[in-house]
Amino acid sequence: MTWTPDQPIISIKDVHKSFGDLEVLKGVSLDVMKGEVICIIGPSGSGKSTLIRCINGLNDVQGGSITVEGIEVHDPDLDKLALRKKVGMVFQQYNLFPHKTALENVMMAPLLVLKRDKAQVEEEARALIKKVRLEGKENSYPGELSGGQQQRTAIARSLAMNPDVMLFDEVTAALDPETVKEVLVTIKDLAAEGMTCILVTHEMGFAKEIADHIYFTDRGVIVEHGPPSTFFERASDPRTREFLSQIL
Amino acid sequence: MEWIADLARNLAEIAPRWNFIWLYDPVTGGKILSGIWMTIKLAIACLIFSMIIGVIGAWLQGSPSRILRAFVNGYIQFFRNTPPFVQLLFFYFALGQLTPVVTAPDGWTVQPIITNVGWAIISLSFFAGAFNVEIFRAGIEAVPESTREASEALGFTRTQTFRYIVMPLAIRVSLPALNNNLVNLVKTTTQAFGIAVPELLYQSVTIWNDYPSAQYPTMLLLFVVYILLVGVLVMGMNKWERQMKIPGYGA
Repeated sequence: MTWTPDQPIISIKDVHKSFGDLEVLKGVSLDVMKGEVICIIGPSGSGKSTLIRCINGLNDVQGGSITVEGIEVHDPDLDKLALRKKVGMVFQQYNLFPHKTALENVMMAPLLVLKRDKAQVEEEARALIKKVRLEGKENSYPGELSGGQQQRTAIARSLAMNPDVMLFDEVTAALDPETVKEVLVTIKDLAAEGMTCILVTHEMGFAKEIADHIYFTDRGVIVEHGPPSTFFERASDPRTREFLSQIL
Repeated sequence: MEWIADLARNLAEIAPRWNFIWLYDPVTGGKILSGIWMTIKLAIACLIFSMIIGVIGAWLQGSPSRILRAFVNGYIQFFRNTPPFVQLLFFYFALGQLTPVVTAPDGWTVQPIITNVGWAIISLSFFAGAFNVEIFRAGIEAVPESTREASEALGFTRTQTFRYIVMPLAIRVSLPALNNNLVNLVKTTTQAFGIAVPELLYQSVTIWNDYPSAQYPTMLLLFVVYILLVGVLVMGMNKWERQMKIPGYGA
């Protein structure tokens, strides 16, 4: 199936996922258009992280379908490399490679996975590090960087693969309040450039400001979704209202 | 250096049990030197092969194939739970019978394609390798699953993740335990004596069989040489450990 930009770049249909007896996703469907910013919110254990991990094949699905630019992620014979060239992912715990400098972290995947020319990769990597405002930290090891700096390095590392979609899995959850902002600004810049972003987040203020569409998940299903204005002001489902009242 | 030889000669006169014969006799002196050289060659070959076996074994242990994993586990159980000396004898006398023979350099006799030195290297490498697999496995398990996921999400293959991410981190965790095992390996090379590999212990025994008066001094020499050899190895390993230290990582 070939994908054209008028179709959703990501299309999730009735996805089911269980870990053992525990059903984490009980039929989730959502579509994302190119350039859209989607925020998924919801209580812990509601399946939101699992959902975005399914999008880049870190978790497999047991039912339903996920397509990313026409790539069928649910297919057991999935070409994972092709998928991962299109989808970048940033994690809660940064997960940088601790034995490589910030610059090397950013350069590794283009060199090893895309087998690109080193000089060109380095030039782009330096530009990316500049873009996430980490100039001067190129030769620092992750252990020498603050949480916020590590997370921005991780974002640069993901962008180095030149993905079409970026997944952010609670990327500010492990940061202290002052450094949350520097990471959010970086994501905001990306969104402004038209990158398709899917964020799992607990930053309601940020979600409200940045998202085109907000999804609320609870116990493995999408309870409610809508643009931020209607979602935050006129949530209709009692579960959403209860969640929002605890957070806002 | 002549005065050392004279001193040794004089000492042998006044104290007959302390005949440092290899200090003044070129034949026994040559035996000691060639024994040390053989021990060094054995040790280096076994260090290298046992580490290669360790890395490959640890990699296979993470394989999706149950058969491969069972094979590696069987290998570890066998070599870890049986005496290395018995392994050595088995390799040389039992397996040695099954390997083909080739014409010896003299053109007259035949010799097995794998010599006793070869069997010593094979047997000791597999012995130490079994421990190295476990040591590296512990190191690999110390690498967080999330770090592996990050490299997977970037499109690394399993082999690339292992080679560029998991192994460099695992080695750092493994170094202290690896250090221990390699020290043991160097000392275990003396067992090659049992299949007549002319390493230092073998040469020493031939010397004190010929000259019982040289027994104590030669035993003393054995201790000194192994202290020095292991000392060099430990120094090298510590240097390696320092070089591999990552700023801001680990304690």
